[in-house]
Amino acid sequence: MKVRLSEIAHARSGDKGDTVNIGLIAYRPEDYPLLVREVTAERVKAHFGELVKGEVERYELPNLHALNFLLHEALGGGGTLSLRVDAQGKTFGAALLRLEIER
Amino acid sequence: MIRIANGQGFWGDWLEAPVRLLEQGPVDYLALDYLAEITMSIVQKQKQQDPRLGYARDFPPLIGRIAKRIRERGVKVVANAGGVNPIACAEEVRRLAPGLKVAVVLGDDLYPRLDDLLARGHELRNMETNQPLTAIRNRILSANAYIGAFPVAEALSTGADVVIAGRCTDTALTLAPMIHAFGWQPDQFDLLAAGTVAGHIIECGAQCTGGNCQVDWMSIPDLANIGYPIVEAEANGVFQVTKHKGTGGRVTADVIKEQLLYELGDPEKYLTPDCCADFTSIQLQDLGEDRVRVYGVRGGPPPEQLKVSISYAWGFKAVGTLVYSWPQALKKAQAADRIVRERLAQLGLTFDEIYTEYLGYNACHGPAAQPVADPAEVQLRIGVRAPDRNAVDRFTRELIPLVLSGPPTATGFGDGRPPVREVVAYWPALLARDEVKTSVEVLT
Repeated sequence: MKVRLSEIAHARSGDKGDTVNIGLIAYRPEDYPLLVREVTAERVKAHFGELVKGEVERYELPNLHALNFLLHEALGGGGTLSLRVDAQGKTFGAALLRLEIER
Repeated sequence: MIRIANGQGFWGDWLEAPVRLLEQGPVDYLALDYLAEITMSIVQKQKQQDPRLGYARDFPPLIGRIAKRIRERGVKVVANAGGVNPIACAEEVRRLAPGLKVAVVLGDDLYPRLDDLLARGHELRNMETNQPLTAIRNRILSANAYIGAFPVAEALSTGADVVIAGRCTDTALTLAPMIHAFGWQPDQFDLLAAGTVAGHIIECGAQCTGGNCQVDWMSIPDLANIGYPIVEAEANGVFQVTKHKGTGGRVTADVIKEQLLYELGDPEKYLTPDCCADFTSIQLQDLGEDRVRVYGVRGGPPPEQLKVSISYAWGFKAVGTLVYSWPQALKKAQAADRIVRERLAQLGLTFDEIYTEYLGYNACHGPAAQPVADPAEVQLRIGVRAPDRNAVDRFTRELIPLVLSGPPTATGFGDGRPPVREVVAYWPALLARDEVKTSVEVLT
């Protein structure tokens, strides 16, 4: 059965240079292992396609039932160089919540 | 227990927030965070034009406005409003709020020392590209070391009502009052990490009290009167995050988690000049009624080098927009984009980048978006960046002609040509700690 991430998790994203970070947080602790299993760095990289030119790294924070993703080369240069409307990556978290995973 | 409030998450945040924090309940320390990475270059330019400027200009009038109340209640203000001219900032505070004791933290500004540092073999290589600083030496606008909480705590120990720092870390504004009040030592890394985590939570103001929060956002009450955050800290490193009673917003464990993850890198290595905080050790307990307890934080020693924030003149950019309406709004916008690019190419102009987005279609989420088939309107947004100002300036003249000479139903050109903006780029580097000597100066 498929479930959209927005139904089981929330997120916040921000920037550091040309890197976007996305914190993905399970609403319920019991869904955290599902995030760990399904939302891999590779899937996140594929989800964002051409928006993310560099690698995607993933860190686990089991204490917060959360994953932290670093999306490198994702802001068209980042900071003041970026020509994107979302130059600070503020909406990347919401974009990740569109992802559908196998429950 | 001490109460530390954050009343400003960046220069440009809600002007009423710090005033309300003082009016609506008890506060011992008021932390105000004014500096983003790019802010230092802005204030450096202002100082070049007028040596009495070069700091966050919103700050002295705010202190003038709240001076009576902070004096009556003994509230201490801690702010990184000093920019590249903290003494001038302090003098303006003294002019607008006479009678307040003001302490200034000095030593972060490396701009006057750059040639000396380079001559002595400090390469200040870009942490991302590994280029040495000499590659951009003649274009540098500002250079500041990030300093930690201990120099700020030293300034508090002078008994000052207002402490003004330049480029200290955002978290230092919250940690410094704890060091000052509890006598924490430089080797008590768990305690310093706890104070750093507290600082991380409140440094973006209302972003930890319900602002920009995805958790059931429509049910978050009264964002118009949102309460800014308050940390109630104990000497043992345990603290609670809350806001004044009767204010808008929400403080729950979910809200705090979102902010803990904000702008986070490796969660086990949150580095500051004071310590290395481990975010995987943080424990949260939701106490209800807009109150979250934070405990269990562990930390280790800080890195041997300090981060240095350097800004330099890169070139120029401009962003222009046009709106196309149904039918085929997207196809019209795409056709217009092709025309602009062809005309720029015919002029022989070269750009570092030309970037096109279609707002209302997929500008924010790109390939992840699920756009509607034939939207009511689409905003074409074209940005260009180039070292050559003339190329960028010519681009700004190429959009409006399309209203009459391009695809039909173009509108949204009322503001005329877009402005050419200078691009100030950011150069992160590292420097040995012992090169940065801080000091405190008191103005009375």
